[in-house]
Amino acid sequence: MAEPSSNAYWSANIRLVTICLVIWAIVSFGFGIVLRPLLSGIGVGGTDLGFWFAQQGSIIVFLVLIFFYAFRMNALDRKHGVDEE
Amino acid sequence: MDQYTLNLLFVGATFALYIGIAVWARAGSTSEFYAAGRGVHPVTNGMATAADWMSAASFISMAGLIAFTGYDNSSFLMGWTGGYVLLALLLAPYLRKFGKFTVPEFIGDRFYSKTARLVAVACLIIASITYVIGQMTGVGVAFSRFLEVEVETGLFIGAAIVFFYAVLGGMKGVTYTQVAQYCVLILAYTVPAIFISLQLTGNALPPLGLFGEHTASGVPLLEKLDQVIQELGFNSYTGHHTSTFNMVLFTLSLMIGTAGLPHVIIRFFTVPKVADARWSAGWALVFIALLYLTAPAVGAMARLNLVDTIYPEGPKAEAILYEERPDWMKNWEVTGLLSFEDLNGDGRIQYYNDTSEDFATTAEAAGWKGSELTVNRDILVLANPEIANLPGWVIALVAAGGLAAALSTAAGLLLAISSAVSHDLMKGALTPKISEKGELLAARISMAVAIGVATWLGLNPPGFAAQTVALAFGLAAASIFPALMMGIFSKRVNNIGAVAGMLAGIGVTLVYIFLHKGWLFIPDTNSFTDADPLLFGIKSTAFGAVGALINFVVAIAVSRATQEPPEEIQELVESIRVPRGAGAATAH
Repeated sequence: MAEPSSNAYWSANIRLVTICLVIWAIVSFGFGIVLRPLLSGIGVGGTDLGFWFAQQGSIIVFLVLIFFYAFRMNALDRKHGVDEE
Repeated sequence: MDQYTLNLLFVGATFALYIGIAVWARAGSTSEFYAAGRGVHPVTNGMATAADWMSAASFISMAGLIAFTGYDNSSFLMGWTGGYVLLALLLAPYLRKFGKFTVPEFIGDRFYSKTARLVAVACLIIASITYVIGQMTGVGVAFSRFLEVEVETGLFIGAAIVFFYAVLGGMKGVTYTQVAQYCVLILAYTVPAIFISLQLTGNALPPLGLFGEHTASGVPLLEKLDQVIQELGFNSYTGHHTSTFNMVLFTLSLMIGTAGLPHVIIRFFTVPKVADARWSAGWALVFIALLYLTAPAVGAMARLNLVDTIYPEGPKAEAILYEERPDWMKNWEVTGLLSFEDLNGDGRIQYYNDTSEDFATTAEAAGWKGSELTVNRDILVLANPEIANLPGWVIALVAAGGLAAALSTAAGLLLAISSAVSHDLMKGALTPKISEKGELLAARISMAVAIGVATWLGLNPPGFAAQTVALAFGLAAASIFPALMMGIFSKRVNNIGAVAGMLAGIGVTLVYIFLHKGWLFIPDTNSFTDADPLLFGIKSTAFGAVGALINFVVAIAVSRATQEPPEEIQELVESIRVPRGAGAATAH
């Protein structure tokens, strides 16, 4: 395949991966652990939002992230003509 | 029908089902043995991955660890699901494109080095054996309970069954069996949780019940739980009581380890297309999330039920009399995993936090002379339906589910170990001319050896099932994940760099773990404990993240100081990065 197209494909992929991993880190390490004290004012069923992210929210976000990535990447494959026929 | 017969019936029926499927789909060729002929649909593959993934640690042990610690053990929940994001985004599609059978094969080819391949084999075996020890702990607990024998006897029986089961079929047998195992284990996990959630909160969905209202008291469930355990001197359930730094590293370590464990990665070799590898990781997480969203509810509700059982009138009133204890306690006493010692001789079971200094005066005033109940955390999930007085068939279902979880993962791991030995070590390096038959024989012998070693070490496990498994994740995080990721995302990392990185990562991590858990996990040979760890409060279970960092730094530094990889390797990396031209699913 042509080099320039493949480079554009790869950098688009890296951009997408970076965005997803930033969200991945914010919900788990951020909201779930380090930033929990900042969210302690927001109550969720007998506890606070940080607890919810640590035990439930982050898992839901992870799921959305993977499907979002798969969907976007498969579209990128087609756009750059590198998909499997 | 009594409970013992009912347990045997459920466990026997599910085993007959698995073995039936394994025989029906019996592996003939090496390709079928390792990678199921690569024709597995992403949803099917996702389900099998989920069964492979959710082991005794997830099923039997994790909710118990969360129950007794609360928020601080959320790491298990985030770590063991968040790793799938790394897997889906950073590894799975590329490894599928590369299209080989095993993880060491990729490392050997990408880093154009037989040494790299052998180092990867060694790392894989070390991490997988540690993992199998954790499984054996869980198998021992499950078998001891439902056969009503001591935990050691349960372990030996379990080991024998795992052996026959794993040696019988290869990946293909395992794939379809694991779909059946997933169905059994998820039913076994969610059905009792739904019952208990209904009892306590009136909500049929446990994840919602967890944040719902406790019907009996009218306050939120978690608030009620915080209140009753604090009345017994324990730390609050929802509060954060451990080092934030250690919690971050532990979570990270579990995440990276998830993406570095060979038996999970190997699954993504079996889907038809690169695009399917991406979807497949998502489907795996869907099936895993069903259990992981239920687990925190199981933990919290079981803890509340346990306190309620012992203090029927609340923690401020009298504890129950030992003579009047419920049947489930008697059943678990047989296994030796639950015990009562009447320290103050009043015939009642006082259960409280006797290590809390603040609570000591309260306990003394009440005439308590120490907590009299010892509960092994690994029994909580299995005992859960009994504690909640659920019908006998639910209890039997949970026994079958726990065994399904332990067996499916042990089989997957043994498959990864055996393929590393026979395919990478024997055929790839030592005896390249080995016949297909000889390779299969070597695979089966290495499985037997691995089970033997894991059982022997499982007699004195370095921790509860999930903790031992967490160590395995640390080892995988420190060795395999960085090598794979750099192999795909960097063209500059070369053979010497990768080998140096893997050796440094796993070496340092292994030493750190042995310093805290005993050399080769032999009890009493440790110099430090996790209560007072060697470096910056980092526990041995959390050290994998540091090991991974060491691996990355060493590999990149050494690669920069040495020669660039040859042209054809750089082209190989280019070709891995695009899906087009991936080998057909049955091409190998």
